[in-house]
Amino acid sequence: MQLQTQTRPKVISISVLEDRIDAATAIQFKEKMRDATKDGPARVVLDLARVQFLDSSGLGAIVAVKKLLGPDRVLELAGLTPTVEKVFRLTRMDTIFTIHPSVEVAVSHAASA
Amino acid sequence: MLPAPDPGHHTEGLHLVFLATPAQVRDNLVGMMGLPPLSLLADDGRGTAELVLAEVLNNVAEHAYADGPGPVEVTLTPGPQGVGCLVVDHGRSMPDGVLPAGRLPDDLDIPLDDLPEGGFGWHLIRSLTADLTYRREGGRNRLSFLLPSSG
Repeated sequence: MQLQTQTRPKVISISVLEDRIDAATAIQFKEKMRDATKDGPARVVLDLARVQFLDSSGLGAIVAVKKLLGPDRVLELAGLTPTVEKVFRLTRMDTIFTIHPSVEVAVSHAASA
Repeated sequence: MLPAPDPGHHTEGLHLVFLATPAQVRDNLVGMMGLPPLSLLADDGRGTAELVLAEVLNNVAEHAYADGPGPVEVTLTPGPQGVGCLVVDHGRSMPDGVLPAGRLPDDLDIPLDDLPEGGFGWHLIRSLTADLTYRREGGRNRLSFLLPSSG
């Protein structure tokens, strides 16, 4: 599970460099996300543009990361591919995250905020 | 294990048996997606098929074979209404012999710590399949369902 992290003054963006977050990798994803977000800005954007497949274990891990960040920080999502978007929509987890079309859009929001 | 087309079927069905571990589930899913009948579906249908089969097979790996991995058998049969799927394992029975409801909280405007991290699997399976049937028979779990060709 490879993640690429970019820290800006007000936002940290983390891109998943894998095409799947599934039962075989969900725990690893959660641990890497915990390390990547240990310090840094309150706002975290998770870039899922390369992820073609997310199952319920992967979804559970993303929700777990939101919880790990606690009430004073925020996890936002960007770049959902169609199948990934469907998983969020069917489980209504799309209602608990701010979802941006791309990480660039998400970050430009930060600059104007 | 390489998926082998079933010589008994002429309708491009697929029959495979493999050890139900998370890694084998992933490898066999990727293999299945590249072969008929799933490779013939439109993009949206392929994504749905992969998701449903991942949920079903990971449940087998994590729950039916909680005591240790065992074999799972997948049979895919294309038909006029979609792809018929049969998944058989020799593991533990479903709790109380019935399929989990897979119900999500009605209200998600809840404290952060109360958000669900699980229970999504059966909700997805129920949302994306038709004719979902479970039977415990001769020490085996038999789950059958249809992946509808539309929707």
